This record gives sequence, C-alpha cells and structure tokens, in this order.
Amino acid sequence: MGMITVGIADLNVGKDGDVLATYALGSCVGICLYDSSTKIAGLAHIMLPLSKDAAGGKNTPENRRRYADTGITELIQTMSLSGATASRLTAKIAGGAQMFSTNSSVFNIGERNVAAVKKVLAAYKVNIIAEETGLNFGRTVFFHADTGIMEVRAATKETKML
Amino acid sequence: MSIRNVEELQEMHLDVLKEIGNIGSGNAASALSTMLNCTTDISVPDVRLLNFSDAVNFLGGPENIAIGMLVNLTGDITGMMLYVLQHSCASKMTSAIFGSEIEDLVNMNEMEHSFIAEVGNVMTASYINAIASLAGLTIDISVPQMTVDMVGAILSVPAVQFAQVGDKVLFIDDNFVIGECEVQSNMILVPEMSSLELLFNKLGVNL
Repeated sequence: MGMITVGIADLNVGKDGDVLATYALGSCVGICLYDSSTKIAGLAHIMLPLSKDAAGGKNTPENRRRYADTGITELIQTMSLSGATASRLTAKIAGGAQMFSTNSSVFNIGERNVAAVKKVLAAYKVNIIAEETGLNFGRTVFFHADTGIMEVRAATKETKML
Repeated sequence: MSIRNVEELQEMHLDVLKEIGNIGSGNAASALSTMLNCTTDISVPDVRLLNFSDAVNFLGGPENIAIGMLVNLTGDITGMMLYVLQHSCASKMTSAIFGSEIEDLVNMNEMEHSFIAEVGNVMTASYINAIASLAGLTIDISVPQMTVDMVGAILSVPAVQFAQVGDKVLFIDDNFVIGECEVQSNMILVPEMSSLELLFNKLGVNL
C-alpha cells in the first residue's frame, strides 16, 4: 500500500489502496487501466507511438515500454498476472501535449502518441472512459487504485479528478 | 567510423564539445552583458552526457516549474537546442534591467515575457553562431519557442527526439555572474548523429 512512481518509458501495477504516480507528462501519454472488480490498477508512461517505426531499436524491456503498442501489451499482461481480467479493463488517458508550437507540423509527436494509444486500446477492446490530452501544457497523473480515479495536475490549470 | 549513439562518444569528443560550449558561453555572456548593460563573467562550462532523469533532477525535479526555450536547427547541422532558465535566475535578470523580480512565473507580464524571450533568443543564437563560425558551417535557427511548465514535460521534447539514438542528452551547464549575481544557465543540445559527425569532421577530430 502506498505511492508507486512510474518513470518515463516505464509501467507498474498497484492494488486497492495504492496510488500510481507519473510526473510531468509532456508529449508522452500516461495510460491508466483499471479492473474495478479486483481494484487492480496499472499505469504506463509511453514516449513514442508504434514500435515498428523504431529505427533498429533493440528489443529490451526498456524499449518495449517506450512505445504505445508494446507498452500497453506488457501492461495488460502484467495486470493479468496480478489477477486482473483483461476483458473487464477500462482506460483513462492523459498527456500527449505539444509543448512547443514548432513550425514543423509533421512533428506533433503528442498527437501521434494519443492516436497510437487509442488504436492499440481499441485493438484490445478496452474502452477509454476519460481523457485529458492534447493542448500545450505538462501534466502529472495520480491514479487511485481504490476508486479508479485519475487525478490530473498541471502547472497552470485546476486539478481534475477523472 | 560513424557514430550511431551518443554513448559512443569518448572523452576526447566531450572535450571538444566542452570547448565549443566554452566559446558559445563566452559569446552569450558578452551578448548578455551588452543587453543588460552590466559586466558579466562566466566560469568554464561543464558539458556532460546525462540520462534524461538525471538531467530532470539536475534542473530541480520533474515538477519544478521553469522556462524552456526551444530552437530548431537546420542547414549543415540539424537538431534542436533547448535553453532552460530557472525562476530565480530569470528574476535576477529582470532585477538587473527593470529593478523588479518576476513574481508569478506562469503569468509573466508582457514586458517580462518579451524580455525573457529576448534573453533566450540571444543565448541560443550566440551558442549556435559560435559553433557555426568555429567549424565553418552554416546553421540556421528558428525563432525560439518559449514555454513555462514542468521541467519533466519540457525535457520530454528533446528526450523523445533523442529516444531513437540514445537515452542521454548533451547537457551544458554554465554559471554566469551578472553584476554581483550568479546565474545558472542550462542548454541541452540535441544534434542528429550525422550532424555531430560532420561537426567533428570539420573540426578535424577523428571519430
């Protein structure tokens, strides 16, 4: 029971009473998955869209957790091992901001990350029930395993309980 | 030999980058001195390859609110450069020029905002000009984009860019003395690997 910190390109699972935290999501996306029956919660902090786009990346655990597809797959597997049922999972997502308005519109990695996360979750038939994504500011996420509430904090905005 | 990953850089390469950082900082200090109309001095900058999380911690932790300014580099060198300025340092600069500190960093007034943007402009341009003239390269820089947000979120921008080539960022840590105040200044340089190769080649450094 307690606070479990999830770093960048990392993931972790908690149970009733735990709070999963990931700090300062910029263009990265935080994916909170929850099985309300067992109160098992999982949080992944991905940096990049799809692993197949990676330029010769090695298949290390750290690399798998960088990408939306391989990261979400591993999160679902880890949660299943902890006793969650994959078919009961619901998702809440946050992040995917564009921190700087660059003139190269091609490089909106935040938007691409969110799109990839949605695509992968849809493939696993996991519904997204709350979302706090896009725009141009950083977000910190606390995911409460007892209630399944995703708390989103930002430097310039009110805290949101989703 | 070609470099695929920043982690393949050796001590000698870091020394070269340190020297470039040194010249860049010298340029930036004299530009800042003109701008602030007071004497500025610099210590020898520290150039390091830092893990993303170490760089974030060095800058006050993921949730520390700071100013980030980003420029895109094109031309002979492609990549990006991020300039990070802490609240206390920005306040020292506004004190030197307006006689007042920045009270609320996320809600800077127009004067503070445009002044800090100009500092970022001068700092990044001085650095890049130093590199370009030293190596005889043409480097174009975009207008700096500025944001005030959590350090972790700001640094995720170069981290994502760098994720394809390595886990480390090239971190330049400077200490300026403006008048009687010491101001810390941090630059993060994210060159494309091929650009870094070209830079070393131009400077006659063996890879």
